[in-house]
Amino acid sequence: MIVMTKKQKKLLYRIILSFILFTVVFITEKFVELNRITVLVLYIIPYLVAGYDVILGFFRNAVRGRIFDEEFLMTAATVGALIIGEYPESVFVMLFFQTGELFQNIAVGKSRRSISSLMEICPDTARVIRNGEEEEIFPEEAEIGETVIIRAGEKIPLDCTVTEGESTVNTSALTGESLPVEIYKGSEIKAGCINLSGTVRAVVTRQYSESTVAKILELVENSTLNKAKSEKFLTRFSRFYTPAVVIGAVALAVIMSIATGDIKESVYRALIFLVVSCPCALVISVPMSFFGGIGCASSKGVLVKGANFLEALGKATHFVFDKTGTLTTGEFFVKEIIPEGSVTEKELISLAAAAEYYSLHPIAKSIVAACENPKTPLSVTEESGLGVRAQTEEGEVLSGSRRYLEKNNIAVPENADCGAGVYVARNSVYIGRIILSDKLKNNAEKTVEALKKQGVSEIYMLTGDNEYAASATAEALGINNFCHSMLPQDKAQFVKRLCENNKGKGSVVFVGDGINDAPVLSLSHVGIAMGAIGSDAAIEAADIVIMDDSIEKCALGIKIARKTKKIVRQNVIFALTVKFAVLIFASFGMTNMWVGVFADVGVAVLAILNAMRAMKIKK
Amino acid sequence: MKKTFRIEDLDCANCAAKLEKAINSIEGVKKASVSFIAQKMIIEAEEFDFPKIEKEIPKTAKKAVPDCTVIV
Repeated sequence: MIVMTKKQKKLLYRIILSFILFTVVFITEKFVELNRITVLVLYIIPYLVAGYDVILGFFRNAVRGRIFDEEFLMTAATVGALIIGEYPESVFVMLFFQTGELFQNIAVGKSRRSISSLMEICPDTARVIRNGEEEEIFPEEAEIGETVIIRAGEKIPLDCTVTEGESTVNTSALTGESLPVEIYKGSEIKAGCINLSGTVRAVVTRQYSESTVAKILELVENSTLNKAKSEKFLTRFSRFYTPAVVIGAVALAVIMSIATGDIKESVYRALIFLVVSCPCALVISVPMSFFGGIGCASSKGVLVKGANFLEALGKATHFVFDKTGTLTTGEFFVKEIIPEGSVTEKELISLAAAAEYYSLHPIAKSIVAACENPKTPLSVTEESGLGVRAQTEEGEVLSGSRRYLEKNNIAVPENADCGAGVYVARNSVYIGRIILSDKLKNNAEKTVEALKKQGVSEIYMLTGDNEYAASATAEALGINNFCHSMLPQDKAQFVKRLCENNKGKGSVVFVGDGINDAPVLSLSHVGIAMGAIGSDAAIEAADIVIMDDSIEKCALGIKIARKTKKIVRQNVIFALTVKFAVLIFASFGMTNMWVGVFADVGVAVLAILNAMRAMKIKK
Repeated sequence: MKKTFRIEDLDCANCAAKLEKAINSIEGVKKASVSFIAQKMIIEAEEFDFPKIEKEIPKTAKKAVPDCTVIV
């Protein structure tokens, strides 16, 4: 469905009216003998109907001496054509120019709308209770404290708290998590989620403009304000292009008139130059393509905060991953139980589980989870960061790092490495160790492989864990470079140095969970935060936000970035080739003004249509 | 500090480029970026410069691109 604004409709009617008048005059002139002045006056009517605003713009610009303006150039070209007696051509050029402008306008508006609907998170209406009656309003109009009704199948219109009813909601549009979440009285629900089963009443807690959805939409819309290098380049180029072509036009007219004496033909060729000199097709095609690419990415849960970041992602040569929370889930599992002496595996794990029973550390939890019937300890003292000392029915158990045991004068065999795991002692005798391993995120391995295939030459993993744990994870993922035992500032230093070493060569991308690596995110060329929806700080610090936890979207992002770049290149080459071809043909008198106007607005429209392909990049 | 402004009736991409150039020339503006697609403009400047800049915007905008209006 094409929706037009009032302004666009008005222009459409003017174009239609002008076209009808033009046809009538064109036919009349062929069959009825009229003098030149009458014909000119008759043609001027459709000319003015179509282009009076362009001509007004001409005068406004002429007063200010802006002769390289689109309106100025168009008017100069068409009036020039009228003067040398090319009446129908002049009117047609004006008509086509306006038609092109209209198309361009509609296409840009349409792609803007389709990107927000692509995201499918934008609620259209809210049902509120006002004066005891249900009323349908725009979400923007709802006030804090108002009660909304949300039926099954409807989108939650605002951030609110449930006051009545129970249901389940699908939060996948916001978080990518497809399992439904149960909601009941007191639950906080976010705009953009879909209510699945029952009707609920809820009270609005935040204005629409403050909701996560509104922020996401704004972020995507504002992405065009962060311009790509290629866009800046073209804008600069067009500043020289237009004057150069206009000067070329004047030169052509003068030199050819002197050389051949055919003033009319010389001027006609120069006028084609003027028509082609407009830079719009060039200037619009680049940002439009990036916008399409950004829209496509956001529909897949990858929010890109600027065309410049998408451009940089396409050039990624170095990927730096934070380990915990990014490559691994932050949970552990027991990989190996190695008892010492006469102790059995079962005894060892059961003793360790009893000691670690009350600890909240992820390692402790995974040990308890690995034991079939964990017993509770009689009493526990925990030494933060080192280990626990527990009194159990089977004696005093120490469980913790090598250092912890050695501090308590318990000898641990030299070659017993353990990584992310614990050493266990009973009654001051070492009885074995339990080796734990990080749980890798789904598709983490595949992502690393895909990145390598995409030409990312260096992949690094940074972690605060010790070498043993780090190397195990890196090996499992196929990452050759890893740095261990790093403090947050070490990570920042590392990424900073990597960026400096690769300045101008390729981009350094850092991927983290966005919670405690905000400084690293902003230091890298492209900072990607994972699963960051709901954390405003992470959204603020990152350049690209992956809404859910799927790490494979890093590879998808690169794919979209590269395709977008390809479309940008196509558009630029296409627009430039057509324009230069027309300029050359025009100088040799091998083309006419109709082709010239196509090279201007026609190319712009085609470039926009091509740009919209970026929206449809598949997985 | 950065501030975003909405623009109405910004009709073509080249107009946006012209507007951007003009706004960048206002004294105190560190960086201005105009997006034709978003019909928005973002200005980076010191906070205490903004009142002065905002007063200057309508005049500068009108001069550069007569049809458009910046919502200050």
